[in-house]
Amino acid sequence: MRQIRTYNEVGASSSTIPEQVVAQGERLAARLKDIRWVVGIASGKGGVGKSALTANLAAALANDGLRVGALDSDLNGPSLGRMLGVAGARMVSGEHGIEPPATDGGVRVISMELFQEGDDAPLRWRGPESDGWVWRNVVETGTLRELISDVAWGELDVLLVDVAPGTDRIGRLLDLVPDPAAMILVTTPSEMARRVVARSVRLVREARVRRVGLVENMTSWECPDCGAHTDLYEPSGPDLSGHDGIDKWGEVPFDPRLARSTDAGTPFVLSHPEAPASLAIHEIAAQLLRKLEEA
Amino acid sequence: MKFLCVPCDEVMAFADRQVPGDGTLAAVFRCPSCDREMAMLTNPYETQLVSGLGIKIGGRTVPEQPMELLRTNLDGARPDAFVETEDLPVAATLAGDVPIAGRLIWRPDALDRLERVPSFVRGMVKRIYADWARERGVDEMTPEVMDRARTELGLEGM
Repeated sequence: MRQIRTYNEVGASSSTIPEQVVAQGERLAARLKDIRWVVGIASGKGGVGKSALTANLAAALANDGLRVGALDSDLNGPSLGRMLGVAGARMVSGEHGIEPPATDGGVRVISMELFQEGDDAPLRWRGPESDGWVWRNVVETGTLRELISDVAWGELDVLLVDVAPGTDRIGRLLDLVPDPAAMILVTTPSEMARRVVARSVRLVREARVRRVGLVENMTSWECPDCGAHTDLYEPSGPDLSGHDGIDKWGEVPFDPRLARSTDAGTPFVLSHPEAPASLAIHEIAAQLLRKLEEA
Repeated sequence: MKFLCVPCDEVMAFADRQVPGDGTLAAVFRCPSCDREMAMLTNPYETQLVSGLGIKIGGRTVPEQPMELLRTNLDGARPDAFVETEDLPVAATLAGDVPIAGRLIWRPDALDRLERVPSFVRGMVKRIYADWARERGVDEMTPEVMDRARTELGLEGM
């Protein structure tokens, strides 16, 4: 049988494909160098309030004087641009990257909403009409890479990344940012949410994410007339705060005004700073900072 | 990905790339010893897969532009999403037909052609042409110059 030299035995080719991939990685690393802490806000489960928490945490941290960026990595269901009030803003395309729009409070925001025409535009890519599964994941991972590396974030203290539902999406972020400073996992007290989030806990633990905190959202409701507290869920499912040693960083009570205010582009922590939900989010922001400052 | 000329036991060198516009791609590789050529032909899925990685077979002739992958692949893009910093108003570049030192003059027919590029990527494409012209000391952009740049840069897809 004739012997044909293997890929690693022959010399370099002129295709430069490995060099191009390395260059992409270097660009990403160079951009991340100016960002002190990358913090993922994930769940695995949809509808638990990740994006609203991200928007309000970003506003709270910026309000405390930090330089904050907010990246909406949910390419298919973006919402952070609208929640932070920058939907419709134009981006400046310069030599060093895309200048993200900033909120009045100084949070720099990137979301697919800024690139798409129409509020109801589904995410579609140019390419062969059928069998998109062959290539779509590759394009979307590359797009997420660009949303980090090609945005002129400037020097940031914190980049909050709102991670799309699905544990695979947490993995996609970890492929690009293998050592985030922290990961906040958001759940509701419902059994179904907890069961899904348990998978995410395991994933981030196995990926050896340095700091993992649990936030329980929509835990209780306070009657505006009598002030009585009512738990919204009968706690059930796995006890995540005891799961694998994950710390609980806070609980956010349900407040219908939070969704209304945030959906209208004004973070609730700014519009209702004294509301219990706002105070809870401020406390989570403080807890996050304490953890980040720990050696 | 490497191509080995088996008789010569030499890695073949990239020679040419053609994008016919039907989603396929042809990349030609040549053996540096015997000059034998072979073409790698990719179907639309394979082409899109490679394109989705943000890489160019045969190497890049111009640096990767910010958000190049997103801007060239997103369908339903917002036409006014970007303001280009170097994108001077047309009137400014044509004023008096006198080139300002180091500034490229875009002839009206070149601008007409540029107008046909979707606005979402127009600024990026314009910058690529401008960089190409600047590197060669070209101070006036015409459709003929754009043709030369396209061929040299392998911009058939833009």
